[in-house]
Amino acid sequence: MTNKSGSAVEMINLQRIFGDVKALDGLNLTIKPGQLVALLGPSGCGKTTALRLLAGLDLADGGQITVDGRDITNVPANKRDMGMVFQAYSLFPNLTAVENVAFGLKVRGISEEIRIKKAKELLDLVGLSREANRYSHQLSGGQQQRVALARALAIEPKVLLLDEPLSALDAKVRTQLRDEIRRIQLEVGTTTLFVTHDQEEAMAMADLVGVMSNGKLEQIAAPDDIYANPATAFVASFVGAMNRIPAKLSSGKVEFLGQSVKYGGGSSATTVVALVRPESISVTPTKVNDSKSGTVIARSFLGPQTRLTVKTHEHGTHLHVDMASSDALELTAGTNVSLTITASTVLTDADGKN
Amino acid sequence: MNKNNSSTVTAKPGLGLNAWMIAGLLFFTVPMFSAFIFSVQVGDGTYTLGAYRRMISDPGFGEALWISARLAILTVAIAIGIMVPTVTWLHIRAQRAKRIVEFITLLPLIIPPVVIALGFLGSMPLWLKDSVYMLVFAYVVLSMPYTFRSIDTGLSAIDVKTLVDAARGLGASWRQVMVSIIGPNIQSAIFGAIFLTVALVLGEFVISNLLLWSTLPVWMALVGMSDAEGAVALSVMSLVFVWLLLMLLSSLNRRRKVRVNVGGLS
Ligand SMILES: Nc1ncnc2c1ncn2[C@@H]1O[C@H](COP(=O)(O)OP(=O)(O)OP(=O)(O)O)[C@@H](O)[C@H]1O
Ligand SMILES: [Mg+2]
Repeated sequence: MTNKSGSAVEMINLQRIFGDVKALDGLNLTIKPGQLVALLGPSGCGKTTALRLLAGLDLADGGQITVDGRDITNVPANKRDMGMVFQAYSLFPNLTAVENVAFGLKVRGISEEIRIKKAKELLDLVGLSREANRYSHQLSGGQQQRVALARALAIEPKVLLLDEPLSALDAKVRTQLRDEIRRIQLEVGTTTLFVTHDQEEAMAMADLVGVMSNGKLEQIAAPDDIYANPATAFVASFVGAMNRIPAKLSSGKVEFLGQSVKYGGGSSATTVVALVRPESISVTPTKVNDSKSGTVIARSFLGPQTRLTVKTHEHGTHLHVDMASSDALELTAGTNVSLTITASTVLTDADGKN
Repeated sequence: MNKNNSSTVTAKPGLGLNAWMIAGLLFFTVPMFSAFIFSVQVGDGTYTLGAYRRMISDPGFGEALWISARLAILTVAIAIGIMVPTVTWLHIRAQRAKRIVEFITLLPLIIPPVVIALGFLGSMPLWLKDSVYMLVFAYVVLSMPYTFRSIDTGLSAIDVKTLVDAARGLGASWRQVMVSIIGPNIQSAIFGAIFLTVALVLGEFVISNLLLWSTLPVWMALVGMSDAEGAVALSVMSLVFVWLLLMLLSSLNRRRKVRVNVGGLS
């Protein structure tokens, strides 16, 4: 395959308004050549809208999109050279798999011999050379999405756009295909924007994960970074599991569970909610009943890890604590435990939200 | 169905259904058959195809057929050419306006043909009033209830928006989207619309008669006044023709493994 370099994409202050809904409210996103960026966010936050604007299938109400420095904000969809894979099955039912893959080349006036050869190469790449002459109704969901991927790649797109291509598939096929998409993307080197609301998918595949909320990008960072150092309370709560513990804020310290931890950002009211990951709490059995202790009320074994549910004595809050299964053997339900926060800083969220 | 019921009980509805189907079949075939017998029978009880020969050799027949054929082809071309892009557009951009348009397309069924004909006469530009092609405009309008429904049903069966987006994204122009993607995927609906439109043009009498154009139905009515056997022979022929047309369209269609979808009116 060619295109090893990939294109640079820049979306600047994009606005898209539907009636009274601001689907995009000043979205800024930069993608370096060859990167795979995953857009993550709750339903309705504007992910699909962002993708459709980039593809030219919808036009922005404000802002600018450039690809390799060229302004394409008003270029129609069929002149943009974007390869898109949709959430819904989108193969043309009147064409076979190989004809589907060759379609983009056909409309570009490329000779039949060359386009069929190219289409077969791409079907090979997605592991479907034997299904080349099947129609879409003769293919499984996973196979249809592979053909759709091959079809998108056939035009050697400047950017590959994937809008939850795996969400209609069952869990096993989903994981398999997600690894395959990443392998192919690395092999082809195409700049890729991948939309999902499955954070595991985003974390597993992407160079950078962008978390969106209400039509804006909250944070964009490498997967481990966004997990370890969420910039906002929204990102912290959205990515990975997060305990919400009632707390007080005073002189740069967050005070809760009888401890005080350095304030890492977020709400600066006096009464707040501290956001703590399940693995940032450690527990030890104790006899004492004080503000930093609680009772184990449930325990679930997750293989190498065990998740405890602990009810605190202070506010009766239910907390999740993750620990190595080997350390959790004695911590059966009913055990009284002392809770220690191991994080060096904590984010806070406004009280009352849940 | 109910395997646990006794056979006499289950047999009855089957028998009833068969009787209904036979009755229905007779309802259609008996008049056709009688018409055929009438058209080939001569007074003394012998049979001849004379009425058919007489009609086909009448110079008026060829002229009327030629007029109606031209009208049918033009009407089909214009009706399909307008309806397919319009209904596609309604499907992808204006789902809500679809109901209004659907209602408008039904108007020709509600407004009496005489009113439509007079309205037409009044609204046509002068240069068209002398041309038989003005009937095409009337027929395109009259065909709207059928073409709209047929194509609407066809489009409802596919994910138009996603297919159009996919094709546009791959670089297809709007024309290529229509010709390579939408058209083939609603082929049976288009064939259905063509069939209904042709049948309509070959059967329409009121407007062409009122506007004094000698189309096939008008000429047939004229002949019928003096030659009953001849008129019946003509209607048998046009029935056979329409039936052959339906066969042709659905055999073209069968190659795509889809059935002709006549209108989705049922
Ligand atoms: N064509 C449209 N007309 C009106 N409102 C729209 C349209 N498209 C999107 N919206 C609205 O814009 C907002 C963002 O929609 P979008 O489809 O981008 O969300 P999303 O992040 O992709 O959600 P999901 O994860 O559910 O796919 C939503 O509130 C949606 O209702
Ligand atoms: Mg979406």
